[in-house]
Amino acid sequence: MSGAALIMDFAVTPDSHRLAAYRARGGYATLAKALAMAPQDITREVSDSGLLGHGGAAFPVGRKWSVVKLHDGQPHYLCANADEGEPGTFKDRWILENAPHRLLESMLIAAYALQVRHCFVYIRGEFDLPYQRLQGAVEEAYEAGLFGSGILGTEFACDIVIYRGAGSYVCGEASGLITSIEGKKGYPRNRPPRLTVKGLYQQPTVINNVESLANIAGIVRDGAQAYRAIGTPRSPGTQLVSISGHISRPGVYELPYGTPLKDFLFETCGGMAGGKRLKGLIPGGISTKVLTEPDLEGVTYDHASLLAAGSSLGSGGMIAIAEGTCMVRLLQVMLRFWHHESCGQCTPCREGMGWMHRIIDRIVAGQGQPGDLERLIAIAHANDGTTICGMGDAAGYATVGFLDKFRDEFEHYLTHGRSLCDGVLDVTGGWDA
Amino acid sequence: MSVVVGLIPEFEGWKRRFPPGTEGSLVLPCLRRIQESRGFVADEDIAALTEYLGVPRMQIEQVLSYYSQYRREPIGRWHLQVCHNVSCSMRGAERALDHLRSRLGIEPGQTTPDGRYTLSTVECLGSCGTAPVVMVNDSYHESMTRSKLDRLLDELT
Repeated sequence: MSGAALIMDFAVTPDSHRLAAYRARGGYATLAKALAMAPQDITREVSDSGLLGHGGAAFPVGRKWSVVKLHDGQPHYLCANADEGEPGTFKDRWILENAPHRLLESMLIAAYALQVRHCFVYIRGEFDLPYQRLQGAVEEAYEAGLFGSGILGTEFACDIVIYRGAGSYVCGEASGLITSIEGKKGYPRNRPPRLTVKGLYQQPTVINNVESLANIAGIVRDGAQAYRAIGTPRSPGTQLVSISGHISRPGVYELPYGTPLKDFLFETCGGMAGGKRLKGLIPGGISTKVLTEPDLEGVTYDHASLLAAGSSLGSGGMIAIAEGTCMVRLLQVMLRFWHHESCGQCTPCREGMGWMHRIIDRIVAGQGQPGDLERLIAIAHANDGTTICGMGDAAGYATVGFLDKFRDEFEHYLTHGRSLCDGVLDVTGGWDA
Repeated sequence: MSVVVGLIPEFEGWKRRFPPGTEGSLVLPCLRRIQESRGFVADEDIAALTEYLGVPRMQIEQVLSYYSQYRREPIGRWHLQVCHNVSCSMRGAERALDHLRSRLGIEPGQTTPDGRYTLSTVECLGSCGTAPVVMVNDSYHESMTRSKLDRLLDELT
């Protein structure tokens, strides 16, 4: 798995996140190179690299940037989305804690390419150490003259604000995020207009995931072709994968796209904890459809292969579920989460999440009613495409995925009023250790 | 009395890095700072912030009710938040929560009568690889076990 690391390419030490260490690794040399280039040439390099968004939607970064018109006389804004909240995902946190300067250098390059005067990093409010590290890096960078005006002796000026969220999953959605930076409740908003046309403060705004942005410095340093040399033709580069659940070695791993998925799970990560069998794999955050072990045969870790397997790569947040886990109760945990996080703006999601949550609660309480599984599916379908953001849709897909793959278990719970797996979720123990 | 007056120099410092004319963006950071100072956001803070930022009072009220981290009332000295999302539940979060319930004698959402501990559940904290995680005030305590949680509680006095 090693040899192709683009982000996790240095040894983490107590000081490796500091400016001096980053400079010793060649940090901020690429900024000087970028400031000598024409802004549109940087965007072209990013487009040519084929870099895809790493937050979940896999939208090509260069195509997003290309919408911004450089000489339209309007202020442009750049926001890094560090509102990492998709359950199972903790990869951006690795960058924020260990490589904050790589993110900042990349953002400066992006800001220059997009002619941005003010940048933001929107970081979830619960992240304390990641915030301290990032804010510390910002202060180091300001002191070194890397932010402010006259950066590296050029005309380029740029300021940055680390903006802390306050507890809202929906603010990870790009339009919810900018509404939150405007100091309001984080309601997503309808498109068009696209955010690259009218975003933050009604101005053209680019919002990229932390990992997407962190790749920019490397792409500008080594060129688009070097980036394309890693990964697959349709998914160039690497992905930081965060893996958790009943896996022997949970953590963050950098995988070149195209890596055989079962090799990663059973060799790199050491297989399932306690030598148990794999019951299910959520491949990219709980909003992606669950897969079973037979589904993983021949699957490689890239967008096309996971799509063909019936799911998606999502946010790179994998959750491995061992045999013996009660899937009904696991879905209950997921539906409780979505009900809790629905922002309440759109009726199908606000009501639908509540209905689904109450139905799964009564099934788990042994009071399920005939037709409850069909009801869950019908509500999931009613959500699809009827809301402003994708949260309700995703909750629906994931629910349908659980019911598809583990129908017998749900039927059993409904018919007998009890779990086929004794309702257990922590099948690999550890709590009493 | 509002804590806002004493914090204004700090708020003014923040403005320098924001685009001009975007005072409304300071609502969230100011409320966070007020809460750090007082422990919660009081009515008089809302009034003072409304005046300072020149935003509608409704905007501040909406923000306070929308985001889960803001509080309108004081809580215990130690706020224990147990993540009970998917990966944490799969690694024992429900047992951690039950253990805290019985040791503290309170349910999630309650504070011990001596005002020392408040117990909450919380959704995914982005710490799934080191589950289960318990957040104490601002800090994450990861890979919790019964014995680690007991040791932690003994330290929180």
